[in-house]
Amino acid sequence: MWQALYDEVKEQNFIIVAVAEEARGNETAREWIEAAQLSYVALIDREHHVADLYNMVNVPQAVWIDESGQIVRPAETAGAHDAWRAMNRVERSMPESATALTGNAQQTYVAAVRDWAIHGAASRHAYTPAQARAHLTLPQDNVALANAHFRLGSYLHQHGNAVEGDAFLASAAALRPESWNIYRQAMNLRAIGPQGFAADEAFFARVDALGGARYYPPPDIAGFPGELGFEPPG
Amino acid sequence: MTIVLTEAGSTELVDAKASGEDLWLTAAAAARASGWSLKPEGLCQGAVCIPVPRTEAQNFVRDDAVNLAAFWRLMGHPVVHDAAGATWMLGTGAASRARALQSLEAPDFRLPDLAGAMHALSDYRGQRVLLTTWSSW
Repeated sequence: MWQALYDEVKEQNFIIVAVAEEARGNETAREWIEAAQLSYVALIDREHHVADLYNMVNVPQAVWIDESGQIVRPAETAGAHDAWRAMNRVERSMPESATALTGNAQQTYVAAVRDWAIHGAASRHAYTPAQARAHLTLPQDNVALANAHFRLGSYLHQHGNAVEGDAFLASAAALRPESWNIYRQAMNLRAIGPQGFAADEAFFARVDALGGARYYPPPDIAGFPGELGFEPPG
Repeated sequence: MTIVLTEAGSTELVDAKASGEDLWLTAAAAARASGWSLKPEGLCQGAVCIPVPRTEAQNFVRDDAVNLAAFWRLMGHPVVHDAAGATWMLGTGAASRARALQSLEAPDFRLPDLAGAMHALSDYRGQRVLLTTWSSW
């Protein structure tokens, strides 16, 4: 989704740094990056360090950083929309109305990035420092502890101690239930064989437990579709 | 052998002594694992020193040995270890992370690309950067 935008605005003193939150590293990230034939910067983050530094809970999330290294939009959902929850879980197919919403959401976010890539600080989407601080979500102690459990669990899992590793990954997810990064990466580490969209019954049960709460909290961008896009479970 | 993980990487140590929630290392090993060195002023990194708490000094420093886990907790950072005390994660506390974010200076990091070449976020200073995340899972 980013390559077309990048081709369009790369002469504008603008770069995309795309970080793969992949505990398995190149093993799982390589085919995606090679298939996309990216010309911007694609990095591999086995320890989810970027999610830790920027207090991210899901993918895709993005941060806008200006020429002097200042955050002008803190971590937020990068164009994804909850309408994906209208998916037919057997066929893994999407109703047309949901596809229209997710497409609209993505286009609206990409248009905001394009505007900032071209206009910089003059873009209406670039926050002032006060606005950027007001949009920050700051980590609490449970988050720091969850991240430590996640790192230890991921390390143990990949160094011959899967049983104890999985226990720490589970406690990490329990300490920070809103982190889908932690929960879904742990699913991916437990899985054996071909990887893909990690969504089993337990995952969907967890999503359903959100009720009408968001899986992807919408970014504060005018025109971003605000409707849920799915029927919240009874 | 003991493994100490920090946000900067992992360090293998041969002479660490783990006991309950304590992790005793030689001062040299503690410096190698954490970047913090034992000095007369306390445990120091650059100009910052954490003094040894007077009333319970024996829990922090004994001769040339440092209880790195105790210092870490004293600094407000989480410490987690496996049941055998063989692998320790010295985390970074929420207050440190929150302070960094509130400064609005984008936290720097170094990560490899597919070919293993390292890139720092700060390598791209001077350009506007869309820092975005994705995953295969």
